Amino acid sequence: MSNVLAVVEQRDGALRGTAREVVAAAVGLARDSGGEVHALLLGGPGIGASVDGLAEGGAEVVKVVEHEALADYHPDGYPAVVARIAGEGDYSSVLFAASALGKDLAPRVAARMDLPLAGDVTGLTFEGGAVTAIRPVYAGKAFTRVTIDATPALVSIRPNVFQPVDQAGAGRVETVEMTEDPSSWPTRVVSFEATGGDVPDVAEAGVVVSGGRGMKDPENWALLEELRAALGDGAGLGASRAVVDAGWRPHGEQVGQTGKTVAPKLYFAIGISGAIQHLAGMRTAGTIVAVNRDADAPIFKVADYGIVGDLFEVLPRLTEEIRTLREGS
Amino acid sequence: MNIFVCVKRVPDTETRIRVGADGQSIDPDGVKFVVSPYDEFAIEAALRLKEAAGEGEVTALTLGDAQAQDALRSALAMGADRAVLLEGEVTPDGLATARALAAEIEAADAPLVLLGVKAADDDQQQVGPMLAILLGRPCATAVSSFELNGDKVTCRREVEGGTEVVELPLPAVVTITKGEFEPRYASLKGIMAAKRKPLETKPAQTADSRLRVESMELPPERTGGKIVGEGADAVPELVRLLREEANAL
Ligand SMILES: Cc1cc2nc3c(=O)[nH]c(=O)nc-3n(C[C@H](O)[C@H](O)[C@H](O)COP(=O)(O)OP(=O)(O)OC[C@H]3O[C@@H](n4cnc5c(N)ncnc54)[C@H](O)[C@@H]3O)c2cc1C
Repeated sequence: MSNVLAVVEQRDGALRGTAREVVAAAVGLARDSGGEVHALLLGGPGIGASVDGLAEGGAEVVKVVEHEALADYHPDGYPAVVARIAGEGDYSSVLFAASALGKDLAPRVAARMDLPLAGDVTGLTFEGGAVTAIRPVYAGKAFTRVTIDATPALVSIRPNVFQPVDQAGAGRVETVEMTEDPSSWPTRVVSFEATGGDVPDVAEAGVVVSGGRGMKDPENWALLEELRAALGDGAGLGASRAVVDAGWRPHGEQVGQTGKTVAPKLYFAIGISGAIQHLAGMRTAGTIVAVNRDADAPIFKVADYGIVGDLFEVLPRLTEEIRTLREGS
Repeated sequence: MNIFVCVKRVPDTETRIRVGADGQSIDPDGVKFVVSPYDEFAIEAALRLKEAAGEGEVTALTLGDAQAQDALRSALAMGADRAVLLEGEVTPDGLATARALAAEIEAADAPLVLLGVKAADDDQQQVGPMLAILLGRPCATAVSSFELNGDKVTCRREVEGGTEVVELPLPAVVTITKGEFEPRYASLKGIMAAKRKPLETKPAQTADSRLRVESMELPPERTGGKIVGEGADAVPELVRLLREEANAL
């Protein structure tokens, strides 16, 4: 019986939040396709000790490849190792996270294996012997149902969409030998300069606080950062294109058709008008909150809850109330 | 140095998407098509390289039907020297697209291939790195700026939590995101000149798509919710709703 492989990510030796989501998506598929869920984790020496949660999420086997050259993502190394292991096993499907890393990794694995890839999907089913995926297009203005006519079916899943499940698997850890030669990898990673601290990427954050031109000045982002911090570790910062173009915020935070498409459980649009290109990027969020002084702003057409008013009055109060609530609980 | 830039013709981002009669693709009626915005960054990057070097040739390459020529003409108007249309079907299978592009690039002597990080229609972010694997070249994705140093290209990538610098030996494939390469507008002179620049059309060597679109649908309309109130006084009620009704806090 063919199994399902969930390729999971770590950073600095700790599993990423998306890891359990990929395993959850694999558990969902395996329910229909049969077979076991295997997780695959690449990392530096000792990474095998960081597999907590994979078994609890439903992985029967956790394959671990440990090597110094795999401590951080490598654009030549990771695809080579993953493609080999995915090719050696008898897998009906191979799942990735459509994270920043996964979007670099999965297409390379697919090309190496000569397989098509359905990327950034928000739904998965196994029917009539084939995997069918829901794939958003036009930045979420529409979505397609696509059937993958290849085995294994390669898929990357959108962060925050597949909810982790509690389904104990055996989680047998198997160490897989690294047979690749890192000296043959042409790309050299020269440096990494951390900027965002521990703030999660906007595309992966469970809660997103986004600011637009209504924030008036980049210095006012301190107010958004306070709200973000009050919402807890899983919260990230987003921005409209207007403020990215103005140089107030980095492009990595831009939400929308020419930025990132996000699907957090909770999205705050602060001083954002709600242009069609912005809405495309966040309309699949669970709950949308808008604060805008213009009652006719289009953002209110998609927001679940809105406050009409001056954000400079609303924001501090909101931060305070949420802080009190979270400290109390 | 000769540079290939792969471009795609996509609906303008302003477009309100309607599903076509086939139930599988958009209704193109009344839709304005443009060069995918990320591909414009790639064209700009190629032109700047050529201008700095004072030599070389920029080739714009696309896969598509006859109408895809529009995208090539736009690239030529910006300043590309020549263009190639690989006539064939564009499918959702990025590997099939990458294969068609690879067949053309393989035969040419182009140490650098640039693409937008993703196309603004499918958002798949896969053709660039797939093309690199097919060509057996290294690839950096989501690059905001880069420079050539002899036979190497040094790329800055905006990644999660920071900026990464990677160095690739040429020949290489680089996919461009927003950053240093704000695209120029085509001048009137450029638009006129584009009409006389060589645009070659040849049949694409496409493989069958192994991703089959069953249907296309619009997402359920989000019905606007409620205005909780005005000003800071509405905050406690908002927080209560978020916790008790939406279960979001
Ligand atoms: C090709 C293309 C691609 C694009 N891609 C994107 C994209 O990916 N993402 C994106 O976001 N946009 C994108 N845009 C831009 C988009 O069309 C809008 O211009 C942009 O989203 C507007 O940003 P904004 O809402 O911050 O600014 P504005 O539209 O200027 O809105 C500011 C809002 O703040 C409110 N406001 C002002 N002061 C206050 C206050 N004191 N208190 C409360 N509210 C206040 C105003 O009422 C207003 O609604 C794209 C455009 C094009 C042409």
